[in-house]
Amino acid sequence: MVPFADYEMPVQYPAGVLKEHLHTRAAAGLVDVSHMGQVILRPKGTLAETALAFEALMPVDVLGLTAGRQRYGMFTTATGGILDDLMFANRGDHFFVVVNAACKTADIAHMTALLSAACTVIPVTDRGLLALQGPAAEAALSRLVPKAAAMRFMDVAVLEWGGVPLWVSRSGYTGEDGYEISVPVARLRDFAEALLHQPEVMPIGLGARDSLRLEAGLCLYGHDIDTTTSPVEAGLNWAIQKVRRAGGARAGGFPGAALVMHELAQGPARVRVGLRPEGRAPMRDGTELFAGGDKVGAITSGGYGPSVAAPIAMGYVAAAHATTGSTLMAELRGKMLPVTVSPLPFHPTTYKR
Amino acid sequence: MKYTKEHEWLRVEGDLVVVGITEHAATALGDVVFVELPEVETVVAEGDEVAVIESVKAASDILAPTAGEIVAVNDLLVDNPGLVNEDPLGAAWFFKMRLDDLSVLDDFLDEDEYNELIA
Repeated sequence: MVPFADYEMPVQYPAGVLKEHLHTRAAAGLVDVSHMGQVILRPKGTLAETALAFEALMPVDVLGLTAGRQRYGMFTTATGGILDDLMFANRGDHFFVVVNAACKTADIAHMTALLSAACTVIPVTDRGLLALQGPAAEAALSRLVPKAAAMRFMDVAVLEWGGVPLWVSRSGYTGEDGYEISVPVARLRDFAEALLHQPEVMPIGLGARDSLRLEAGLCLYGHDIDTTTSPVEAGLNWAIQKVRRAGGARAGGFPGAALVMHELAQGPARVRVGLRPEGRAPMRDGTELFAGGDKVGAITSGGYGPSVAAPIAMGYVAAAHATTGSTLMAELRGKMLPVTVSPLPFHPTTYKR
Repeated sequence: MKYTKEHEWLRVEGDLVVVGITEHAATALGDVVFVELPEVETVVAEGDEVAVIESVKAASDILAPTAGEIVAVNDLLVDNPGLVNEDPLGAAWFFKMRLDDLSVLDDFLDEDEYNELIA
């Protein structure tokens, strides 16, 4: 157990990170992510008014998100950095938002300060959150909750399990098909145990969750993205829909828009890339990267990728050196070791679109 | 067998000392995926970082338990880091050292003292 964002969290269960990781890719892994922040935005007027107010915090199309669907977003700073990344869902008459544990107090304050004219910001403190991930997630969950099978990637629904309303989304942060399920705290343990009784399901800890998301090329807030990285540098352009870009109906209008719009047009000075160390030595957060003797970047997440069976990393590199296939040198324990700029993800994603 | 507080074991073999990590350390590290060993003939001081061991979870250093010269390393670990989890007290020794004076080993923990440390 280790302290993480004021919670005691298991890094691994008895199987260990490696087996937990590989089992999730082969069958299904269950992660307790109850430390994450769950928040409801309850409109005071119309849902559209809340959507537009929410859009003022993010470079993302909220208004166009239809009922029953979820989207990825990020709160930006006035200088185009990222305050947090998040998932938000349109649940018909309100929005449901899931934010990072370490940022949730600040996020709730941020939303309360800036959205209160449009909606009531309600932290959900009586529910835990479970992530069931992997190719067998559908089979395992739909045995308990048959309607889960019909959901597609990024769908959200309220499904019932033995009288308990589950808030289910078909999503996750491992690159695998799977679900995130918000469960009332009073029944959280029962539901987790019911899932763990399914033959496909193994509990997985923070360690495997990290190696899975790294192989999937997904950003970890506080490492790969923070207030000093812009969404464009982070390669999150896919999350900035056309309607919020230059020429779009609701272009700009979020904190840091000038910088983000400039980077979208001109390209950023540095960019997040995948990196494959050529040797066997894992390279971790903070490892500096060089080209021709000049420092050109640094690793922000790295380690061993169990499914790739090799060390993998992500980091920021000056745009001129960010081309796939470029070889850079990484300084590791006083030695210069080659790393190759590589496409992300390292392991193919298998979302059920 | 003697032990350090840094979870290394030391075993006398003729006039050499064989060094590895304890089962407790191997379990705590989890699945080992990378081992970097010192060069043979390196002369080390007590506390020098002489080897690196990485699991899926984290990196950690192996420190020279005492002053001496590295006279052999276990190259098997480089190709098969998982041996550290399979057989930490046997096949997964890390390096052998020649000490100026083997009597310094008396200062290390014996098995009971080590078991008390990790209890």
